[in-house]
Amino acid sequence: MKLFLIFLSAVLANNFVLARFLGICPFLGVSKKIDTALGMGMAVIFVMTMASVITWLLNLLLVALNLEFLTTIVFILVIATLVQFVELFMKKNSPALYEALGIYLPLITTNCAILGLAILNVLYGYTLVETIVHAVAAGVGFTLALVIFSGIRERLELLEVPESFKGLASALITAGLLSLAFMGFQGMVKL
Amino acid sequence: MADFRNFTKGFFKENPTYVQALGMCPTLATTTSAVNGLGMGLATLVVLVLSNIVVSVIRKMVPEKTRIPIYIVVIASFVTIVDLLMHAFVYELWRTLGLFIPLIVVNCIILGRAEAFASKNGIVDSFLDGLGMGLGFTGSLVLLGMVRELFGNGTIFGIPVWGKALNIFVMILPPGAYITLGLLAGLFAFIGIKRREASKRKVRT
Repeated sequence: MKLFLIFLSAVLANNFVLARFLGICPFLGVSKKIDTALGMGMAVIFVMTMASVITWLLNLLLVALNLEFLTTIVFILVIATLVQFVELFMKKNSPALYEALGIYLPLITTNCAILGLAILNVLYGYTLVETIVHAVAAGVGFTLALVIFSGIRERLELLEVPESFKGLASALITAGLLSLAFMGFQGMVKL
Repeated sequence: MADFRNFTKGFFKENPTYVQALGMCPTLATTTSAVNGLGMGLATLVVLVLSNIVVSVIRKMVPEKTRIPIYIVVIASFVTIVDLLMHAFVYELWRTLGLFIPLIVVNCIILGRAEAFASKNGIVDSFLDGLGMGLGFTGSLVLLGMVRELFGNGTIFGIPVWGKALNIFVMILPPGAYITLGLLAGLFAFIGIKRREASKRKVRT
């Protein structure tokens, strides 16, 4: 039951993009078309899950050695390295997947959602299984927000918007309305 | 030669938040009040200035291919120092900002300035660039925090401005962050367009 609640909370009530403000850069940057949004979302789910498992294991080591103050440095380096490895591995073993996700992978290193998720897992003291569920859910929530948002933006392109509100300003206000809609899920899940 | 324009460009023309749209996550998340915005802005400013100086100092020793990981380690070290100092001296603020202090590491402004400016320029210029960009970022955060605090809570820096009756509670919640920032970005773009039109008219006459 707790696993289900963690999942629901990370997808809807505490959506990473719309409620926690993690991963805004790709959210605003890669959301002009639904296809690219889906590709980015898939890449994020994949990297999030891998990164969470590895940082969870590493955290055990850091705690055992009494080196918790190194968490930030270690996590960001591991995530950057991991993304590089995944890219190389994919290029060699599954060119089709690489074609689909390749261009989004380098962007993910600077995505604060990944580092944020790793730190949150440690902060909440999740077990390994809970960590994995939380990671997948966070990724799914990110993808959901990204896909809905890109759908709205595709339509917004066709409308007449005042000169100064084109681009960033109208995108932010759209995101605000979307966030308002997602707030309806608040209170549904109490952890 | 040190150029003073490296210092001032961050305020309006290349304002990191409203013009370049960098570092959006902390901007949106930590500006529930003017004080929180100021705290986040100053923490980022310190890391930005220090990392710019160090990157500029080591720029001739760093091999081309491994420069990004090296910059990240430099930045992460300063973030850890700031994190520990804030934990020790401003505990309340440290608790409110929480997760977003370690996340200064992935703030694109810092790595962006290291890569685009400090790795190619001298120490004094890099220092001025970091200070200007940091102050521009802090200014944006304080402005956004002030607007949200005023409409959401009726206060600015905790000083009451009008009664509680006018409060729009949603301004302090996540949607308020997006909408306020959107309106402010629109305002900045509007001023930019008007300025360009004015300068064009001057050329013609």
